[in-house]
Amino acid sequence: MNRRWYSAPYIVWSLIFVVVPLLVVAYYGLTAQSADGSLEFSLENFKRFFTPLYLGVLWRSALYAAISTVICLLLGYPAAMILASKDLKHKSVMMFLIVIPMWMNLLLRTYSWLTLLENQGLINQFLRFIGVLGKEQSIQFLYSEGAVIFGMVYNFLPFMILPIYSVMSKMDYSIINAAEDLGANKFNVFKKVTFPLSIPGIYSGITMVFVPAITTFAISSILSGNNVNLLGNVIEKQFLVGNDWNFGSTMSLVLMIFILLSLVIMPDSEKESQGGMII
Amino acid sequence: MRKIVSLLLAFMLLICTLIFSGCNTDPSKVVRVFNASEYIGEDVIKQFEKETGYKVVYSEFASNEDMYTKIKTTPYDVLIPSDYMVDRLIREDLVQPLDFNNIPNYKYVDETFKSPYYDPDNTYSVPYMWSTVGILYDSAKVTEEVNDMSIMWNDKYKGKIFMLDSVRDTFGMTLKKLGYSVNTTDDTELDEAKSELLVQRPLILGYVTDEVKDKIISGEGYMGLVYSGEAGKAMAEKDTLRYAIPENGTIYCVDAMVIPKKAQNKTGAESFINFMHKPEIAAQNSEETYYGCTNTEGLKLLPDAIKNNKGLYPDVDILEKSEMLKSDDKINQKYLEIWNQIMAAN
Repeated sequence: MNRRWYSAPYIVWSLIFVVVPLLVVAYYGLTAQSADGSLEFSLENFKRFFTPLYLGVLWRSALYAAISTVICLLLGYPAAMILASKDLKHKSVMMFLIVIPMWMNLLLRTYSWLTLLENQGLINQFLRFIGVLGKEQSIQFLYSEGAVIFGMVYNFLPFMILPIYSVMSKMDYSIINAAEDLGANKFNVFKKVTFPLSIPGIYSGITMVFVPAITTFAISSILSGNNVNLLGNVIEKQFLVGNDWNFGSTMSLVLMIFILLSLVIMPDSEKESQGGMII
Repeated sequence: MRKIVSLLLAFMLLICTLIFSGCNTDPSKVVRVFNASEYIGEDVIKQFEKETGYKVVYSEFASNEDMYTKIKTTPYDVLIPSDYMVDRLIREDLVQPLDFNNIPNYKYVDETFKSPYYDPDNTYSVPYMWSTVGILYDSAKVTEEVNDMSIMWNDKYKGKIFMLDSVRDTFGMTLKKLGYSVNTTDDTELDEAKSELLVQRPLILGYVTDEVKDKIISGEGYMGLVYSGEAGKAMAEKDTLRYAIPENGTIYCVDAMVIPKKAQNKTGAESFINFMHKPEIAAQNSEETYYGCTNTEGLKLLPDAIKNNKGLYPDVDILEKSEMLKSDDKINQKYLEIWNQIMAAN
């Protein structure tokens, strides 16, 4: 029995739903409408992208995605460590709490934050009720960069915690015991043993947060009331308002290349992330 | 090996049955209608099915652009897009001439809405409902009289104003404020509109579309640009809300019913179009959605509170100063580029 056959369904799947669409995007991205309306090869749209306006949008998207990734790492790493520790009592409950929001659609989750965070939302109403805020006052949580970053962190945090947790829970405790026996204090055990061993998980975590964050358009649109326009929003409008599939595809291509480059920067991420991906 | 192949085949068979099981009904008994969301009276479809025996497959689109993309791959019998999109469908030869012998109720259609720019000979389209863009505001919070767009530039209301996340509408209303055409392609006029929108940007709480109504009702904002039907619904929910159309004119929009070339049931489609112009049905649609009735007999059946509301049914002279949006890719791309510049500034 030839084992190659096992992968046939997936190969067919990815041909139809990954490779072909990608080629279509590349085709549109590398062409432009000529005077007579037909498509011909052109780098004109790339030139158009590499102007301060669109580079600025790319920079902003990358910046917000990077900030969210760092926050996710700072919040997620300790959480993953606690989850993976042997003597945690209610591990399944904690795991449940992390995973449960992911059972709900991202749009619904994000819209529900509107109800909470609006100027007339539940949190502001509560603060007014207990007298922290005056009758006409409100704290403006939404409609800003901060709201977008918050939305990214909230939505993508599980994608940071889970890969790190998965690597850490498989860690060989005899190595840690050995380090302790050889006289390393807690800090040194972490610095020299636990942390280096968890790096593959961190790499997958970073990838799994940064990539959806830099490409999002729903979170920024909903939580900032379209005040913050990320590349995803600009691409969406290019297709829907401008009906300019060529420029829209060019922007998508640039974004893909940018993501690829930023992942390459991470040293040996491919090699070391074995077992890091659990979802 | 054989086991796996047969498993695979079984799987494919399953998928095929799932995909095609929906399509085995006779197309001449089915009318596929593609309409904007929440844009029809509640049981109108059922009444149509009962009266004619056709089965309606009803789907909704979020925007004309979504519809345009979708019809390239899916066949429908009746589409109800907006004026500029009808224009485009006719120009691109995607719709077919109607047989008005099958649409006798066309005689009820208001002359005002006949022979529009997009279909001057009334060959391809029958008007459905119409609307304006205007300002929905809370009269308990906005004390000034609202009769033009300048109120939306008043910094007294900083952080309480919503604009539409719709490039052409927001630009159009700004151009109208400056006294220009909503369809201008003149660079200096567009530049002026751009500066105007940049000045306004710090005052704006958000650029949203479907949510404006709810945000004004909840008090999140005191005023916002909306389509008249949305305004009608909002006013019905909160009685301090008012809807005003700028004195120097606005954007108005007619949505029209057309039959795509790829339609599989043209007779059924025409029967549907005819049914929509039965006076009671036209009135029911307008009463429930608050969008403007294009049917003269239907209009008479509407409750006074609706037909006498000057926001929803403005005087003719305001309509004469108003314009429909005309659109093609070039003009939209031009506006979008400027829109991107405005949105990048913060």
